[in-house]
Amino acid sequence: MADKAQIQEAIKAQGEVVRRLKAEKASKDQIDEEVAKLLQLKAQLGGEDGKHVFVLKTAKGTRDYNPKQMAIREKVFNTIIGCFKRHGAETIDTPVFELKETLTGKYGEDSKLIYDLKDQGGELLSLRYDLTVPFARYLAMNKITNIKRYHIAKVYRRDNPAMTRGRYREFYQCDFDIAGQYDPMIPDAECLKIVYEILSELDLGDFRIKVNDRRILDGMFAMCGVPDEKFRTICSTVDKLDKASWEDVKNEMVKEKGLSEGVADQIGEYVSMQGGMDLAERLLQDPKLSQSKQACAGLADMKQLFSYLQLFQVTDKVLFDLSLARGLDYYTGVIYEAVLSQMIQAPVVAEQNGALPGDEASVSVGSVAGGGRYDGLVGMFDPKGKKVPCVGVSIGIERIFSIMEQKAELLAEKVRTTETQVLVASAQKNLLEERLKLTTELWNAGIKAEVLYKKNPKLLTQLQHCEETGIPLVAILGEQELKDGVVKLRKVASREEVDVPREELVEELKRRTSKLP
Amino acid sequence: MTVSQIDEEVAKLLQLKAQLGGEDGKHVFVLKTAKGTRDYNPKQMAIREKVFNTIIGCFKRHGAETIDTPVFELKETLTGKYGEDSKLIYDLKDQGGELLSLRYDLTVPFARYLAMNKITNIKRYHIAKVYRRDNPAMTRGRYREFYQCDFDIAGQYDPMIPDAECLKIVYEILSELDLGDFRIKVNDRRILDGMFAMCGVPDEKFRTICSTVDKLDKASWEDVKNEMVKEKGLSEGVADQIGEYVSMQGGMDLAERLLQDPKLSQSKQACAGLADMKQLFSYLQLFQVTDKLLAEKVRTTETQVLVASAQKNLLEERLKLTTELWNAGIKAEVLYKKNPKLLTQLQHCEETGIPLVAILGEQELKDGVVKLRKVASREEVDVPREELVEELKRRTSKLP
Repeated sequence: MADKAQIQEAIKAQGEVVRRLKAEKASKDQIDEEVAKLLQLKAQLGGEDGKHVFVLKTAKGTRDYNPKQMAIREKVFNTIIGCFKRHGAETIDTPVFELKETLTGKYGEDSKLIYDLKDQGGELLSLRYDLTVPFARYLAMNKITNIKRYHIAKVYRRDNPAMTRGRYREFYQCDFDIAGQYDPMIPDAECLKIVYEILSELDLGDFRIKVNDRRILDGMFAMCGVPDEKFRTICSTVDKLDKASWEDVKNEMVKEKGLSEGVADQIGEYVSMQGGMDLAERLLQDPKLSQSKQACAGLADMKQLFSYLQLFQVTDKVLFDLSLARGLDYYTGVIYEAVLSQMIQAPVVAEQNGALPGDEASVSVGSVAGGGRYDGLVGMFDPKGKKVPCVGVSIGIERIFSIMEQKAELLAEKVRTTETQVLVASAQKNLLEERLKLTTELWNAGIKAEVLYKKNPKLLTQLQHCEETGIPLVAILGEQELKDGVVKLRKVASREEVDVPREELVEELKRRTSKLP
Repeated sequence: MTVSQIDEEVAKLLQLKAQLGGEDGKHVFVLKTAKGTRDYNPKQMAIREKVFNTIIGCFKRHGAETIDTPVFELKETLTGKYGEDSKLIYDLKDQGGELLSLRYDLTVPFARYLAMNKITNIKRYHIAKVYRRDNPAMTRGRYREFYQCDFDIAGQYDPMIPDAECLKIVYEILSELDLGDFRIKVNDRRILDGMFAMCGVPDEKFRTICSTVDKLDKASWEDVKNEMVKEKGLSEGVADQIGEYVSMQGGMDLAERLLQDPKLSQSKQACAGLADMKQLFSYLQLFQVTDKLLAEKVRTTETQVLVASAQKNLLEERLKLTTELWNAGIKAEVLYKKNPKLLTQLQHCEETGIPLVAILGEQELKDGVVKLRKVASREEVDVPREELVEELKRRTSKLP
């Protein structure tokens, strides 16, 4: 325990830091951070009675999920996992931290965003940054050459809040990958089919899946005159085309990355091209591109991909787009990204939202899934360098959650946080025993039931509980009903009531609840 | 040195060597998970999913909601909550921001969540991993990353009803998981404290005598009495009095008998605990439960049918049919080969437990049918193409 006097000194010093930042009108995030440190120091002193007082917050960049958010999350996961299972995928899980060693050297510049664990005398550990490197480690460790797996779990990145405000540091990733040597492009096509199915079922509105190929990009750069060593950096510049204009991108290529205007213009002609199989066929005839073996290989595979996509009935939303140049270094072949359309129509019905009927509401934009082929990664982990080709996709689950949460709010949708089908209630006093007996019968029959923890609750209180939590039915017991051997079954919303013989109640409830959505 | 200590030093040596890289400068390294952690392979995940479904199904049946909290908390939040166990907490490195630690259990985060959101009533479950830097020399075989599955009811209610529901839930879960016979032991802190007081244990020794009594599930009364007298300084007389009580087991009848006990009935605390114990047992009687049985082969996928072909050049047809099935919500697979052998395709079904195979061939295509075969029995029947989806749905709805 640090000396009390030392803590008090530290509090004084930290107080000065906070005052200075406020006077300098520093950013809110910086001030918040220093204030939190100050509060923590103060807390160490304790309250007057020595009671431990502390700051009630989650770590920066992390958040709790409340029951409503969990209910939405569960629906989204069920849809996504249902799709993965429909396609025959298995699932695995890996630890939240890996040996620091395992993650080192895999993420390039992003490595500074990795959370390390304190050296407490054992192995050096870091929190996982994504699910792909753990996957490659798992494959190499277990000498697996073929697997179709999905993995949904949280990953950790120490994003600098000043630069990327609003981004969480702990967030879900939802990955689907097919590892193994197969006849070309069939697994790649299945990945796209899966993205298509998921985005359709989640009802997020219209979307497009852009596809391209690293070999086509590299071949294009080579034929346009980009020096080899600049490929990757020009790639990241081209990648900005989804957010910036061609002028800005060309500017960066010429002024910052040192390309000649002529080379930049040539790139510009290609990256404006979009199409389907027809574009791949046209480019195979292109005088420049056809001279690159790499580009031709990529284009031939693109044609093959589209032929499978036609059989998989997804070509209406897939676009071969030469401006797609995804960030991560480890892609070796096809790459793709799914983007939602700009506006989602949301008929606002609740008056209290203060909107007029027919108002449109714009909900988030941006990429909701991305991935590609990465044939070299597993080989980096294998001591003999044995290659295991992989193709996969990562679904942007957090973005999808936030869109669904916004949708629910806009539509004033009631999100239930429990699945209870019936509340067992009583109108009169001294019927707790009977209520508990009936509830037990229902639980034993697998019916989702609740009962209030009160010996003599008012009927109104019990009905209010149903209304607040969305329980659709209430089974009411009373002296007369018990004598007659019946239960009053009431629909909470309509107040329609009917007497049901006790021995038929379970069956009646199962009948009614199987019709519910 | 112990084996685990040697392993640890060897791992450090290998990590240092790895930093040198291989001969071609290639980065070579140790392929392992962190000490005390493990991957879950697909079979383990399939078992885990079943167990979670049973448990969560039970929680939902009782009207519980769920929450989730971050894997790390402010170090501050966890400090001072775990007594001696605090040294087992994983800290994050100070990288210039807040000081953080990995959560040690789900209860402290729950309390923080309630306080932060000013919640006074909630029935919640939370299933998530927690982290403890157990010293391997002392607790070999214990994982450092492991699941906890908590169910808690917070709030002021009429006494013992929520307590009884918790026990009902444990009973239901253990029954449904089919783990064999089990017992749930109950007691009450107030009864224990009242008993210690009436037997003559000094107040300041209550907690430490409590931990000694707790060892009775693993040690004999002689050993426990010995610890009480020789290590904790109780007189033999006091220890013997405790011994008479702690050998008692029963139901509501025991609670009633103890309320008449000359010594115990003098303790207000013990009486309150015993009265509540009676009430608890009355509710437990109303909550009676029955056993259920489950038995299933462990599959790692849920695929219902493999779309196959006996002849060459039928990839396109296989893909078309598979697409029809996916679009109809049927769980289907197809091999990633243009011209696979039928035997290979059937072997895939046997290895992964896929029960049905839909076989296409030139003749079948001409006749507009699909050969639907049960993998296990090899019974085959030709199904008209347009009736296939319906037939598959019919068959798969009958499967367990």
